[in-house]
Amino acid sequence: MVLQRGEPLVVAHNVHKRFGSNEVLKGISLSVSVGEVVCLLGPSGSGKSTFLRCINHLEKVDAGSIEVGGRFVGYERRSNELIELPRRKIAQQRANIGMVFQQFNLFPHLTALENVTLAPTRVKGLSRVAAEAAGRELLQRMGLVDKADAYPAQLSGGQQQRVAIARALAMSPELMLFDEPTSALDPELVGEVLAAMRQLAREGMTMVVVTHEMQFAREVADVVIFMDGGVIVEMGTPAEVLDAAKEDRTRAFLSRVRRGPSDQTVETGGDA
Amino acid sequence: MVVVAGVGAVWSLVKNPNVEWGIVRHYFVDGLVTNGVLVTLYLTFIAMAIGIVGGTAMAVMRLSENPVVSAFARFYIWFFRGTPILIQIIFWGYAGAIYPKVMIGIPFTHVTWFTAESSSLITPMLAAILSLGLNEIAYFAEIVRGGISGVSKGQTEAAYSLGLTPGATTRRIVLPQAMRIIVPPTGNEVLTMLKETSLVSVIAGRDLMTAVQQIYSQNYQVIPLLVVGGLWYLILTSVLSVPQRALERRFGRSTVSAGTSGVRRMLFGTRQRARP
Ligand SMILES: Nc1ncnc2c1ncn2[C@@H]1O[C@H](COP(=O)(O)OP(=O)(O)OP(=O)(O)O)[C@@H](O)[C@H]1O
Ligand SMILES: [Mg+2]
Repeated sequence: MVLQRGEPLVVAHNVHKRFGSNEVLKGISLSVSVGEVVCLLGPSGSGKSTFLRCINHLEKVDAGSIEVGGRFVGYERRSNELIELPRRKIAQQRANIGMVFQQFNLFPHLTALENVTLAPTRVKGLSRVAAEAAGRELLQRMGLVDKADAYPAQLSGGQQQRVAIARALAMSPELMLFDEPTSALDPELVGEVLAAMRQLAREGMTMVVVTHEMQFAREVADVVIFMDGGVIVEMGTPAEVLDAAKEDRTRAFLSRVRRGPSDQTVETGGDA
Repeated sequence: MVVVAGVGAVWSLVKNPNVEWGIVRHYFVDGLVTNGVLVTLYLTFIAMAIGIVGGTAMAVMRLSENPVVSAFARFYIWFFRGTPILIQIIFWGYAGAIYPKVMIGIPFTHVTWFTAESSSLITPMLAAILSLGLNEIAYFAEIVRGGISGVSKGQTEAAYSLGLTPGATTRRIVLPQAMRIIVPPTGNEVLTMLKETSLVSVIAGRDLMTAVQQIYSQNYQVIPLLVVGGLWYLILTSVLSVPQRALERRFGRSTVSAGTSGVRRMLFGTRQRARP
């Protein structure tokens, strides 16, 4: 099924998730249309990463549902009940959803190009030659054409994260998830990664981005969502949420972010 | 101090008239002994092969999400690590005494297709291979488990997010990285196994130690023959410790790129590409 621009691609309905007695998501509902960029903001521990990981079923949801492209991720409906799919089916669904992690998570034993070609050859069954040609083109788009044969440890953080983006794009996903993609980077390397993401958004990729980069959210996002305590506190256009927030919690968070010497310190504060 | 004492002890042995060096020299190249050396090497090799293949599978099972599979592996490891290897060797050596006959057929009926005396099936050699191999599986599983646990969870998640199945993730992402942690202690296991094979002499496993015992039980030259055996084990462990140290140097490196590409060069040599 090929969806048109503007049709809903991600539909989350009343998603609940708990870790033991800790209820992390308390009923998240939202819809992301094809071609839309959604930025998720919120304080540490508010459940942003958990929600993102539920979208590609790295975490199971306890109640509610998430559909991507009209299909439940990780589950199928059988007589009004959601049954978890076999792992092979889940893997197939995930192949359609790219994910970029805060810590890059490149495969250190593979070169940049091999990182990019692994999934296309293993999962999509592309020939080595075809995968490498496509992989080099992606690396070139990310400005990394001369780094194809470098190992991750030989690359800067910004370069690694761009390889990670290329790796996810190599599966031609219909949706890209970014979990604080610039938070682990030195400030001077943030720009190159954000530029790559901007480019991707311009090309019409549907993206859900957890970030504290306010400038990026303002320029690129169609929708900004502020989460706190496992619920969506506020949702709207960048202007609505970032400049004219209705909720006190949102305003307090935004002023805390702005008060920091830069967006960067706030982002890295969590794992410092 | 220790060195002086050691040298003194060796010297007293060398000069000791009770150790008859002529006898040592004679039996050092005796056919039974050299054949025993080959059997010892063979046992070491086979048992390690069983241990490495089985232990890797056992470690994957131990870490499985399936509680039955993981419980089985935990029980196996607990059992084989918790009982002395000597008991396991003797057990397999005398397994024939517990089940004298092996039958293949339909249970509780008179239909049998195959019957054999177990003593003819479980030869001392097979008992030696089984006991050493099954035991090594348990120890090697723990080494592999340590290696797998040393690979960060982010690696698995990145592979899953690309659509790799759990099996492909284990084979392509986790195990190659776990190698860096697994390989160095493996060399050590080989040396330990080489010496451990001497225990199969209790079931006449035809190894070096069996040969030595067999000879001295006939000519009562116990000390010279123990020297013969000891010398051979020293030679074998010394020779095997050369590649062992090379491996340790290779994999002990701290940087990820050097270490992992080292793994690649050793294990997947042909796939290594020129680096800028
Ligand atoms: N695997 C897990 N097991 C137990 N608790 C978890 C797990 N993952 C997350 N949590 C808890 O869930 C809560 C939400 O975590 P989450 O990572 O989603 O927050 P976040 O909004 O992404 O925060 P941050 O900005 O720090 O990344 C936290 O309290 C965290 O401790
Ligand atoms: Mg997070």
